[in-house]
Amino acid sequence: MEQTWKQAKTAFAAISLPPILWLILFFLAPLAVIWAYSFGENTGPITIDFTGTFANYARALEPLYLDIFWKSIVIAGATTILCLIIGFPVALAIAFASPKMKAWLLLLIMLPFWTNLLIRTFALIAVLREQGYVNFTLEWLWNNTSGIMSLMGMQPLGEFEPMTLLYNNTAVIVGLVYVHLPFMVLPLYSALDRMDRSLMEASLDLGAGHLRTIWSVVVPLAGPGIASGILITFIPALGSYLTPDLLGGTDSQMIANVIERQFKRANDWPFGAALSFLLMYLTVIAIFVQSMLQRSSDRRAA
Amino acid sequence: MADEALTTIPAPKPAKRAPKEKPGPLEYMRQWPLQAIVAGTLLFLYLPLITLMVFSFNTSRRNIVWQGFTTDWYVKAFNNESLLQAFINSLTIAFFCTIFSVVLGALAAVMLWRFRFPGKTVVEGGMALPIVVPEICMGVAMLVFFARVMPWPQGLAWPFNLGAIIIAHISFAFPFVATVVRARLASFNRELEEAAKDLGASEWRTFWDVLVPHMQPGLIAGALLAFTLSLDDFVITFFTAGPDTITFPVKVYSMLRFSVTPEVNAASTVLIVVTVILTAVGLQMQNKDATEKKA
Repeated sequence: MEQTWKQAKTAFAAISLPPILWLILFFLAPLAVIWAYSFGENTGPITIDFTGTFANYARALEPLYLDIFWKSIVIAGATTILCLIIGFPVALAIAFASPKMKAWLLLLIMLPFWTNLLIRTFALIAVLREQGYVNFTLEWLWNNTSGIMSLMGMQPLGEFEPMTLLYNNTAVIVGLVYVHLPFMVLPLYSALDRMDRSLMEASLDLGAGHLRTIWSVVVPLAGPGIASGILITFIPALGSYLTPDLLGGTDSQMIANVIERQFKRANDWPFGAALSFLLMYLTVIAIFVQSMLQRSSDRRAA
Repeated sequence: MADEALTTIPAPKPAKRAPKEKPGPLEYMRQWPLQAIVAGTLLFLYLPLITLMVFSFNTSRRNIVWQGFTTDWYVKAFNNESLLQAFINSLTIAFFCTIFSVVLGALAAVMLWRFRFPGKTVVEGGMALPIVVPEICMGVAMLVFFARVMPWPQGLAWPFNLGAIIIAHISFAFPFVATVVRARLASFNRELEEAAKDLGASEWRTFWDVLVPHMQPGLIAGALLAFTLSLDDFVITFFTAGPDTITFPVKVYSMLRFSVTPEVNAASTVLIVVTVILTAVGLQMQNKDATEKKA
C-alpha cells in the first residue's frame, strides 16, 4: 500500500525534491521560455520582445508551412505503415519461435537500435548511393539478363544507368523505416507473445486459414500492442531531423529541418518557437488519440 | 502444444510423409514465407552496418571497391586529435549523465512508487514528458535556455565546459531510468520495509540496506540505458554544443558534410563495438536477474 506523504514528510521531501526541481529547472523552464518566445517578435539581431502577438502562429499556418507539416505527417505515416507491414510478420515469427531462437532474434532486432543513429544513417548512404551495393547488384542483374538475352538472339539491354536512390522522399522513408523498425517490432512481439494461443489453434481447427486467423483473431487480440507500436513509431518519425537532413533532397524537408533553420541560419527564434510548439501539439494529439482508442478497447474487453 | 493440435485433427487424406517432421500449425518460424521475411529484414538491418565495418579495413580511399586489408584508418582516426577529443568528450558526458540520471531517476521512481500525494498524476505526466517530447523541440529549448536564461560560462577548463551538454542529457535520460527502476520496484514486498522499520532501522538505513539492494538490477539496467542514450544523442547535443565542446556524433556529422574517408568508418566501428559490448553486459545482467527471480 502506498504511504501518504504526510506520514514521512522529511523522507518525502528528500526523495521528491531533487527530481522535481531538476525537471522544473532544466526541462519545463526551457520549454516555457520557448513557449513565451513563440508569442514574441524579433526587434533587433539578438533582442526579442514578448509582445503577445499571434503573428508567428499565423505565419506557421501559411500554405508553405502547412504543406511541410502535411508532408511530415505523410512521410511519418508512410514510415509507420511500412514498419507495420514488415514488422508484423517478423514479430509473429519471433513470438512463435523456439525459446532459444527467440532470444537470439530479439537480440538481433535490438542491436541496431543501440547503435548510433548517425552511424546507421551513414551506413545506409554507403549502400544506397549510385556507387553502392544496391546499384552494384542491379547492374550485375542487368548485365547478366542482357548477356542471356543476347545469347538467345535478342537485342541486349544497353548500358546500365545507376538508379538515384538517395536525396529524395523515398530515401527519407527508407531511412526512417531502417531506423524505426525495432520500435515497431518490440511492442508487437510483446503483445503477440502474451496472447492466448489456444484461440488461434481453435480458429485453425475450425477450418479458418492462416490469413483469416491472423486477421480475425490475432489482430483484434493484439490490438493494444499494435496501437502502441504505431504510436511509438509515428512520434519520433514525425519529429525526425537527421534522416531527412542527410538522406533527403531539397524538397524532402520535414518540419524539424525547418525549425532547425529558424534557430541556426535564419535566426528567427520566435517563428521557430511557434513551429516547435505546433509540432509538440501534434505529438500530444497523437498520444491523446491513442489513449482514447486504448480506453475504448479496454471498455469493450471488460 | 502445437503438435498436439495437429494430432487431434484426422488428416483428410494420407499425405506423403515428409523426411523432416512437418512444422506444427503455429510454428511460424518454420514456414518459408516467414523465414524469408525475417531473413530479408535482418539483411536490411545488418547489410549497411557490416559494409561500413568491413570497409574500415579497406586500403582504398574511396570506399567503393575492396582493394586490400589495412588498419591504417584506425591509426589515422586515433591520431586525429579533434576526433579523439570528441570521442573523449562523448564518453565523459555519458559518464556524468549516467551518475546523475541514476540518482535522480531512482529518487523519482521511489517517490512515485512509495507515496500518495496531491498532484501525483501531474508529476507522473511531467516525468513522462521528456520521453515523448520531440527531440528537436527539446534541442531548441536547451539552445535558448543556455543562450539567454542561464548562459554557461565560457572558457572553463575541461570537463566543466561540457556542463551545459551534461545537464541537457540528464534531463532527457533520467525519466527513462525512472521508468526502468519503477518497473523493478513493482516486485518489491513492502512488508520487508515495514519489518526493517519495526526492528528499529531508521528511514535512511531502510532505504539503503533494504530498498537499494532490491533496486540494484534496475539501477544497472537504467545506468546502461542512460549511458547509451547519452552516447547516441545527436540532435539535442547539436543545439547545445559550442565550438570547443564537440561530441563524437557532432564531429562525425561535420566530417560527413565535408569529406567521407574510411576514417569515419573506423571511428564508427569502434563506437559500434563499444555499444555492443555494453549491451551484451546489460542483457547478461538482466538474464541473471530473471533467473534469480525464477529460482
